[in-house]
Amino acid sequence: MATTPETAEQFAGLGSEQLVDMYRQMALIRVFEEKCQEMYTRAKIGGFLHLYVGQEGVAVGMIAALKPEDHIITHYRDHGHAIARGLDTNALMAELFGKATGSAGGLGGSMHLVDVSKNFWGGYAIVGSHLLLACGIGLGLKLQKREEVIVVFFGDGSTNGGEFYEALNLAQLSKLPVVFVCENNLFAMGTPIAVHTSVQEIYRKACAFDMTAERVDGNDPVVMYEAAQRAVEHARSGKGPVLLEAMTYRLRGHSAQDTQKYRTKEDVEKYRAQDPNQVFRQRLIEEGQMTEEQAQQIEQDVSAEVDASVEFSDQSPPADEKWLTTGVYANEILDKY
Amino acid sequence: MAVMSVREALQQALREQLEDPRVFIIGEDIGYYGSTYGVTAGFLDDYGPERIRDAPIAEAGIVGIGVGAAMVGMRPICEIMSVNFSLLAFDQLINHAAKLHYMFGGQITCPMVLRTTNGWRNLSATHSQSFDSMFAYVPGLKVVAPSTPADMKALFKASMEDPDPVIFIEHTLMYGVKGEVPDDPYEVKIGESRVAREGKDVTIVTYSRPVHLCMDVAEKLSKEEGIECEIIDLRTIRPMDMSKALTSFRKTGRAVVVSEEWQSHGVQAEVTARLYEHGFDYLDAPIERVGFREVPFPYATNLEDQVVVTPARITEAIRKVLT
Repeated sequence: MATTPETAEQFAGLGSEQLVDMYRQMALIRVFEEKCQEMYTRAKIGGFLHLYVGQEGVAVGMIAALKPEDHIITHYRDHGHAIARGLDTNALMAELFGKATGSAGGLGGSMHLVDVSKNFWGGYAIVGSHLLLACGIGLGLKLQKREEVIVVFFGDGSTNGGEFYEALNLAQLSKLPVVFVCENNLFAMGTPIAVHTSVQEIYRKACAFDMTAERVDGNDPVVMYEAAQRAVEHARSGKGPVLLEAMTYRLRGHSAQDTQKYRTKEDVEKYRAQDPNQVFRQRLIEEGQMTEEQAQQIEQDVSAEVDASVEFSDQSPPADEKWLTTGVYANEILDKY
Repeated sequence: MAVMSVREALQQALREQLEDPRVFIIGEDIGYYGSTYGVTAGFLDDYGPERIRDAPIAEAGIVGIGVGAAMVGMRPICEIMSVNFSLLAFDQLINHAAKLHYMFGGQITCPMVLRTTNGWRNLSATHSQSFDSMFAYVPGLKVVAPSTPADMKALFKASMEDPDPVIFIEHTLMYGVKGEVPDDPYEVKIGESRVAREGKDVTIVTYSRPVHLCMDVAEKLSKEEGIECEIIDLRTIRPMDMSKALTSFRKTGRAVVVSEEWQSHGVQAEVTARLYEHGFDYLDAPIERVGFREVPFPYATNLEDQVVVTPARITEAIRKVLT
């Protein structure tokens, strides 16, 4: 399965090993998310559960263009980004189970996955709010003269509130190394994009700040990767931030309890027929980058990994009760009487 | 000992901090304009625009940038010109700064200091408020509100050395207040109150600007009527050190709680509750409170004078607990 010059161009310079690994990540995210839904139904997972099913191409394509020392911060639909960054699936599932072995010791849950050792600065659940944290991280990196970038993921629904505009202005004003990645899945929770925003081509909102921006097919991880490379290079070279609008579609509800009255079954079926995971799988096989046997092996492996994460989480101790009296502050100072 | 104003003490404190390359200041009109209250006047020339960052009028942005930069090892000083504008940054403060350490299981810290000002005078309803208790209500924030130049300087240093987010509350009517500041290095820890004046008849618990009003009232009552007030300056309102207030209350059995906030639901309500909870057996009279009258601030002087905390109202409260 040698990569010819033609296939190299077709796959944005990605070799078959990288392409196969990207498929593995997409498959892992998909299986992890479907397992989460099952565990939610079995009441092993509580609270809000926002699944990334259908949007895998965005996280995998984007994060493939980063170096390990680059930074990621994201929104509450954060499982896909965490997995694409290579966070330990045991720690992720255990976090959802509210266990001491979870990525945040069971304090954060589904919306707040984290691993600072991997420069994964966490999932944030106030829509649009974390874009400003990304600017702050970007400013810190710039002032420390580190040649690193921060990628911030958010949804189309984040682009109407004031913090979005404050962030774009501040980032462009100080030429911060921030890549803004809007995952446009066409709905702000259950409100269709035509109902929630006046300019539905989100990337055009960057025009007001004279910021480089483009709209890409986020369902194609190779297209996403290509755009990500351009954006990351731009940000890393000191030219300032970029806004990428990744077009995608969420194949499951907003959260695990969503009855999805805002869209028709036919619409969802139409998108399901173009499931990015299946399209990518088929394409890699047809183009000789992956064999059917390899694909099946990957699918078995990721299923086993996810099953093991459930087993690990089941066996793990509950969240440590020390958190009831400590940890609010890094430097606890008690009231005095 | 040098005598200097609160403004000068803060200038010294900020300049000391700027010796650390991790420190930068971000806020509105701190550089080119020359600083609204003069605290950072001249800083832009001395430290340059990378360190003295004039911000757009975007309070969430100012605080969000500070929080993010603190996450990756900077030591930002965010300045919100007037605490009234901080309402636009509450999301960043409460949903992020206060939560990061706990919500992420101790992996992230946020060593950021937010400087802001209380204050009023013919500024009407939206420019005269204080939100001390709204900050102090939130686990994860620390809230410091000193009253003297020496405490300003030392507690600012302590706030910067603390790994947690600190709200540092100044007062527009206090920048010119003068006091002695030690020449040698000295320390004031976050969460330690002080006895500002000793006395045996009544305990006054207060902080920030009203400390000075209470001191004036106490001197007058001492001279004219022989009433001796003991004044406790809390200095920090979260964490809160009630030890000196309670020691005093056990001695006097009478207390007045004074702060520049609307009288209900504020820090003074919390202080009063703690005095009752921990000092009930020593109570000789119901505790009195003095705060803003509960209306939005009126512009007109004759009305505003009756809304704010005044020596007359403090004196009246003292007389009430003594009868």
